Amino acid sequence: MLHQIEKFAEQSKTVPAAAIDSVISNASRRGVLKGLGGFVLALHLLPAGRAGAFPAYETFGPGMPNGVVNDPHIFVAIAPDGEVTIIAHRSEMGTGSRTTLPMVIADEMEADWDRVTVKQAEGDEPKYGNQDTDGSRSLRHHIQPAREIGAAMRHMLKQAAAKQWGVKIDEVEAVGHQVIHKSLGSRVGYGDLAEAAMALKTPPRDVLQFKDEKEFRYIGKGTVPIVDLHDITTGKAVYGSDVRLPGTRVAVIARPPVVGATIKSIDDSAAKAIAGVETIMHLPITPLGSKFKPLGGVAVIAENTWAAIQGRDALKIEWDRGEHGTFETRAYEAELRASTAEPGTSVRNQGNADAALKDAAKVLTYEYYQPHMAHAPMEPPTALANYADGKCEIWAPVQSPYVARTDTAEYLGMDAKDVTVNVTLLGGAFGRKSKADFATEAAFLAKQVGGPVRVQWTREDDIRHSYYHTSSVERIDIGLDSDKRVTAWRHRSAAPSFLSTFTEDKGVQHEIEIGMGLENLPYEISNVSAEQCPAFAHTRVGWFRSVSNIPRAFAVQSATAELAHELGRDQKEFLLEIIGPPRILDAKTAGLPGKFWNQYEPEKEFPFETGRLSGVVRLVAQKAGWGKSLPKGEALGIAAHRSFVSYIAMVVHAKVEKGIVRVPEVHVAVDCGFAANPERVRSQMQGACVFGMTAALYSGISFDNGEVQESNFHDYEMVRADNFPELVHTYIVPHSFEVHATGVGEPGVPPFAPALANAIFNATGRRIRNLPIGDQLKA
Amino acid sequence: MKITVNNAEHVFEGDKSMPVLWYVRDELGLMGTKYGCGTGLCGACTVHVDGMAVHGCTTSMEAVAGKKVTTIEGLSEDGNHPVQQAWREQNVPQCGFCQTGQIMQAAALLAENPNPTDQEILDNMAGNICRCGCYQRIISAVRQASTGA
Ligand code: FES
Ligand code: FES
Repeated sequence: MLHQIEKFAEQSKTVPAAAIDSVISNASRRGVLKGLGGFVLALHLLPAGRAGAFPAYETFGPGMPNGVVNDPHIFVAIAPDGEVTIIAHRSEMGTGSRTTLPMVIADEMEADWDRVTVKQAEGDEPKYGNQDTDGSRSLRHHIQPAREIGAAMRHMLKQAAAKQWGVKIDEVEAVGHQVIHKSLGSRVGYGDLAEAAMALKTPPRDVLQFKDEKEFRYIGKGTVPIVDLHDITTGKAVYGSDVRLPGTRVAVIARPPVVGATIKSIDDSAAKAIAGVETIMHLPITPLGSKFKPLGGVAVIAENTWAAIQGRDALKIEWDRGEHGTFETRAYEAELRASTAEPGTSVRNQGNADAALKDAAKVLTYEYYQPHMAHAPMEPPTALANYADGKCEIWAPVQSPYVARTDTAEYLGMDAKDVTVNVTLLGGAFGRKSKADFATEAAFLAKQVGGPVRVQWTREDDIRHSYYHTSSVERIDIGLDSDKRVTAWRHRSAAPSFLSTFTEDKGVQHEIEIGMGLENLPYEISNVSAEQCPAFAHTRVGWFRSVSNIPRAFAVQSATAELAHELGRDQKEFLLEIIGPPRILDAKTAGLPGKFWNQYEPEKEFPFETGRLSGVVRLVAQKAGWGKSLPKGEALGIAAHRSFVSYIAMVVHAKVEKGIVRVPEVHVAVDCGFAANPERVRSQMQGACVFGMTAALYSGISFDNGEVQESNFHDYEMVRADNFPELVHTYIVPHSFEVHATGVGEPGVPPFAPALANAIFNATGRRIRNLPIGDQLKA
Repeated sequence: MKITVNNAEHVFEGDKSMPVLWYVRDELGLMGTKYGCGTGLCGACTVHVDGMAVHGCTTSMEAVAGKKVTTIEGLSEDGNHPVQQAWREQNVPQCGFCQTGQIMQAAALLAENPNPTDQEILDNMAGNICRCGCYQRIISAVRQASTGA
């Protein structure tokens, strides 16, 4: 996601939005060519041809900056003792990609998983291909390349053995970490073949033989525990704050309470008086629209973390709050509502919704609101940087290590080749750690100090200086004719865009945000329009797990249930009816000026199939026992949404007692194409329900005088073990490898809030239109 | 002052108000105890003091003078405490950051109450936030460590 926005931001002053597609494809072609060299093959440049058990299919992977690399020389090493090392080039933040992708390589190369060690790549996209871990695309873009790496490695090992024995390659087989020749009765282990195999050239794809699915040992099984399991449970796993170099200093920073606020006066004498505090340093203040540059402020550098925290808290700073210093949440909500009261800019125009609404016998108008939210990963932002001999080395929990590297180099006026970014485990991220301002802070201070500096954000820093999830008002107007048939659906969205973080804020949303449920309503209605209405940012806006799909699914799926109620229909039956018969959503018929954004994935390979959406609705309803009777105050609610090219439907069982909402059970049906690691799909769905419940019940960042009012888990609450979705049942629609893997890190979140709100309505008759739910049901 | 950490004796002469969390991390290099909130609200920093689960971020060095502190690194010799084993069998973690605190909390609960009811488990674990949302498996793992099933 990041790179496309950057391109847009760079170009947005001169290039109209319509030209973005060509900008991206040109940029990506350049990126891919840059990556070519040595053995590096970009996936889409591979010759077409026989492809063993699966034909290559296209994804947007090669279109990402620096494309996709599928060479075993880059990703696999075999030691003489047979120990296999596989590189994980995507960041691990909890989704399991650091396990699953190496597992796919290991399976396809017939390596024993017990003899595989996973090593994390540093930020180096020309070498490893794109490393930007977001958009739920690690598996989507890399499962094929991973199989290609594995199959090529297996081929090379077989080649080496065949040569050693003087036989043809098709006489030998690779099985369980060795190559065997059946009739000769010879066998040789991978370790003994390593040197000869690695000296071979990477074979072209058309000679590769892929495993048949029946031959998978690990892929699709869900039996492999995550690679860091032992280290995590013994405290040995290394996260961002766990790396130390001799002489490491700790910095805690006072950042401007409003983005762009400047220092009027400062008294640092009390800070300096604290034992252990060594230096006070200033970082330049940056305004909104500075991408991932540090916010600036005053750093207290100390010999340990405690002294640095105390020192920072002892700073007395008077700020000049600047142009965003009057930002206030209630007033902003009213502004967003007013914005959607007027026609906006059309992003979809099918039939004539305005006319149909004018002619309607009845018009239903629903408005849904959501405030800004902070990601609050369990590990607050943190990074260690060292600077010596003109070189900077960073250890940080970052989702996009190469962007962290190039951004930091630019900020410091250094060449990117003199900056190294080592990726630790990420203690949660949810989009926050795509923005490596914290790593750049550490690098800046390390350069000033001339030695290792560890920057530690406190939880308060994290909550108050995030890149917030957008705040939005989604307004839906629905027209009914005199026979109560739906004739029009008009959706207006007002939400500040993350573009404002990259460039001058024009109050318009990016195609990514529009593509997430605004332009692609999958309903069979003749007049549909979607409009975006102006909204300007007053804080840093950034993507947050599931991004704009959260407010869109909430609005559309709530409105659908409201409509069903209005018509006296069952939520599930009506949802199926309005989705209509199975078809592929067509942009032209839908009245789009161009194509659907579709996660940039090729529509030929990842079409929007409404039948798959209905499929998960039916599946989940059946599994949940939709229609069963429940005690008073309890009910089921349903919602479905396609995002990140995955189709998910949820039935939430809500129980409302004295205004307190509990969720004893959730049923989730997932159609994510081929599921490489069903066990991690399940864990992502369990996590998504908790994350979704936190957002629905509690999450709201509010501003007053431009300053964030919340600060820690007492006022920015999280779902806890005493009230969480207790039993999450996940049903994965089974598919063979031919049905392309899509992605599961994010799409589980959006359906949760509307399914919950619909359940609450069914249980209590109270309709939730404003999030978070908070105390609304107590009144 | 003297303090025992994972059965080793240490002498501490620094700021008595320093939280145990920062002492074990910054001075002893024991990185398994995590910082999540600094205010006793998340449980990421859970350690045992004389066998009781406490928040390392709000427990000062002064408060543990002469006492026995156990961190995740000292929970068992070989890392195979029944709670750790149950955690592995349930493949509990996602990002993993909260898990050492969760395990320390669960281990203290089971030491005191080997057969907690479901409600007791939920109540006892409610101080430990998992932003990734592993609660379902956390609860199953505690139950498994308690009953063996
Ligand atoms: S860090 Fe101690 S309770 Fe959160
Ligand atoms: S596993 Fe990530 S916070 Fe618990």
